[in-house]
Amino acid sequence: MTRAARQVGAVVAALVVLAVLWETYKALGPANGASLDTTRLLPRTDDRAMPHLWTVLTTLGSPEVSGVAGSRTVGAAVLFGALNSLRLALLGLLLGAVVGGVLALLMQRLRLLEAGLLPWVVLSQTVPIIALAPLVAGWGGVLRVGSWAWSPEASVVVISAFLSFSPIAVGLLRGLHAPGATEQELFASCAASWRQELVHLRLPAAVPFLLPALRLAAAGAVVGAIVAEISTGTRGGIGRLIIEYAQQATSSPARVYAAVLGAAVLGLVAAGLVALLDAAVLRRGRLA
Amino acid sequence: MSPPSAKAMVEVSGVTQRFGTTTALSDVSLTIASGEFVTLIGPSGCGKSTLLRLVADLLTPTEGTVHVAGKTARAAREAQDYGIAFQQAGLLEWRTVLRNVELPLELHGVGARERRARAEELLEVVGLADVADKRPSQLSGGMQQRVAIARALAAKPALLLMDEPFGALDEMTRERLQDELLSIRAREGTTVLLVTHSVSEAAYLSDRVVVMSPRPGRIAAVVDVDLPLRATGTPTDVRESPEFFAATTVVREALRAPARVASP
Amino acid sequence: MRRVLPGWAGTWGRAVAPVVVAVLALTAWQVLVTVGRVAPFVLPSPVAIAEALGAILPQVVSAALATGANALWGLVAGSVLALVAAALAARLGWLRSTLVPLAAVVAALPIVALAPIFATMFGATSELPRQLVVTVVVFVPVFVNALRGLQSVAPVHADLMRACAASGWAATRTVTLPGALPHVFTGLRLAAAGAVISAVVAEYFGGLQSGLGSRITSAAANSAYPRAWAYVTAACALGLLFYAAALAAERLTTPWNRRTS
Repeated sequence: MTRAARQVGAVVAALVVLAVLWETYKALGPANGASLDTTRLLPRTDDRAMPHLWTVLTTLGSPEVSGVAGSRTVGAAVLFGALNSLRLALLGLLLGAVVGGVLALLMQRLRLLEAGLLPWVVLSQTVPIIALAPLVAGWGGVLRVGSWAWSPEASVVVISAFLSFSPIAVGLLRGLHAPGATEQELFASCAASWRQELVHLRLPAAVPFLLPALRLAAAGAVVGAIVAEISTGTRGGIGRLIIEYAQQATSSPARVYAAVLGAAVLGLVAAGLVALLDAAVLRRGRLA
Repeated sequence: MSPPSAKAMVEVSGVTQRFGTTTALSDVSLTIASGEFVTLIGPSGCGKSTLLRLVADLLTPTEGTVHVAGKTARAAREAQDYGIAFQQAGLLEWRTVLRNVELPLELHGVGARERRARAEELLEVVGLADVADKRPSQLSGGMQQRVAIARALAAKPALLLMDEPFGALDEMTRERLQDELLSIRAREGTTVLLVTHSVSEAAYLSDRVVVMSPRPGRIAAVVDVDLPLRATGTPTDVRESPEFFAATTVVREALRAPARVASP
Repeated sequence: MRRVLPGWAGTWGRAVAPVVVAVLALTAWQVLVTVGRVAPFVLPSPVAIAEALGAILPQVVSAALATGANALWGLVAGSVLALVAAALAARLGWLRSTLVPLAAVVAALPIVALAPIFATMFGATSELPRQLVVTVVVFVPVFVNALRGLQSVAPVHADLMRACAASGWAATRTVTLPGALPHVFTGLRLAAAGAVISAVVAEYFGGLQSGLGSRITSAAANSAYPRAWAYVTAACALGLLFYAAALAAERLTTPWNRRTS
């Protein structure tokens, strides 16, 4: 616990240092930055390019549409946007986990399938699958599956799942293969069925591999949700809010910072949920 | 502090080693003469490896002094008075076999041509001249351990320290390497301090076997071994001689009931 | 559980099976789209994508070069920064205890979302904001793995260096750095893939219309779906190219390291 406290302290200290650097550069740096040819190498220091950090914090409390009574605050908009994106990202993660898990089980069972499929699953982590986002986005409102119309939110979930299935498939498969020859021979000598071997040997052995995979998948799902919202133009999420606020940068420059802050918190919450799961599994493991 | 005697290669006096609250070694004294082959044997936890690491100055004793070749252990280490081989070969996998043997010479600034010649000579001695350009991962465990022994001998040390160097090898390889070690030692006149948990290995190799007992680690008995056939017979003659069996019996009994065997 | 393989599915099968799967998938895709009359906005056929790719190849190449340059600059800058930081963190305990948890936090963040912020700071008229996004994305895996490598000296090697009375720098040169290289390359492989992905995605946040990401968005917005898919194909090829280059560098630099990846 003290170790965790020290790590939190270190992160807070690092953030304070970054904040001090930010304000120091803003106070002392050249007003128009520094440019080489047409490329600006040092940022401008005016309030539009680099707002004061307290401006970012106070903008959270300001109304989103000024002059309109009862308008929600920027902070509330960011919070709701982040929560909405979290919901879509978690749905995507769930879908990705199911698809990745089934793929891993199939590949473990059928070596031929593993030979044919695994290289592609691994390679899919090295290519920008997410580039498909604007295309899946095109399904929204046009595609119909039976009586159900494809909603833009479904696009977001699918793209999130796209980014999370592959780490899970690869990680789980590696875990399922983790038991050594001795353990497998023990189960074979007991004439254990594939299901028994899976439940009593392979799945427990896979848990330590699955949790890091989930962490990667959760980060992927969050990026997927944010990028998908931007591509689909789905309103209500933090991704769309970043774009909207970026377009208001001339009038209220601090807003885009607030939205990005919301995205960061979203990433941390998703990682925190996986960490909670991790802790829960560990505690069960100790009791068992 | 007693002054180190001139003829002793290793002089350990009154050494106690504590790790936190556990006492690994308690008041151990041991003198090894120049040219002697001494083996440390005992159950796990008796501090035999700790004693060897103290001689190598990989540890500093909590109490007491260690002298090697008439200097403090630290000065001896810095002068490369000893070579060392561990249970794991510990070869650098990114270097060829030859360059692994050259390593200690390289670290002491010996010229490229000279260290290459010495390394080739040593690989010849351990019978690995033909794999000089291979990488360690391409070698069997026994071959890797021979490379490690060649590396330990690279700087022509007066003292060879070995921490269960044959522990991970099969019995046949182990016996062959034991014979190689004896012939190297006969030719180079090296003093050897070897840690083992094998009774027959200790009896076969040593002039003296130091039997240790655990909790806290200390010397329980010292057994002198005299195998006359070493000078005249083949390795098999020695391994099958009554003197060898007698020696293993004494060591085994000293291990079983350390208190009842009087030090000679 | 014994899994019996057909005779032909040995080493040969390992090499052929992925190709067979790819051919089958492409064929099924083509048949599905043609016979099932799937609208092109859902899924254009592979043949249509290939035709589009052939028709606009020069534009695809120039867009891939623009995105590739951003990814490369970010990869180089991020890697250099990460290696310097890892070297310092390996030496300085206080820096390590700050940077390691910070890197863990940053790894959980959607870093591409920084794109609009960099754009307001540095202006949206240059590629620099995107290169900075790639730099931050690359930094994390390279730093984490390089530090792990620098701290993973085997105890037996540490003993050996002390026994040989090796100086600190000699021990670093002979044991620590070569031992860390495989870890560094693990980080670089991850970073190479991440560099291309983030360079493409950073373009979705607006800015110059130069690279693959912006071309994909504008083609999709104009309902030119085969063209959009052609750019997506190029993005995948660029990702594979970066990954293969990192893999080749790894094989060349650490030939002793025969770990299967």
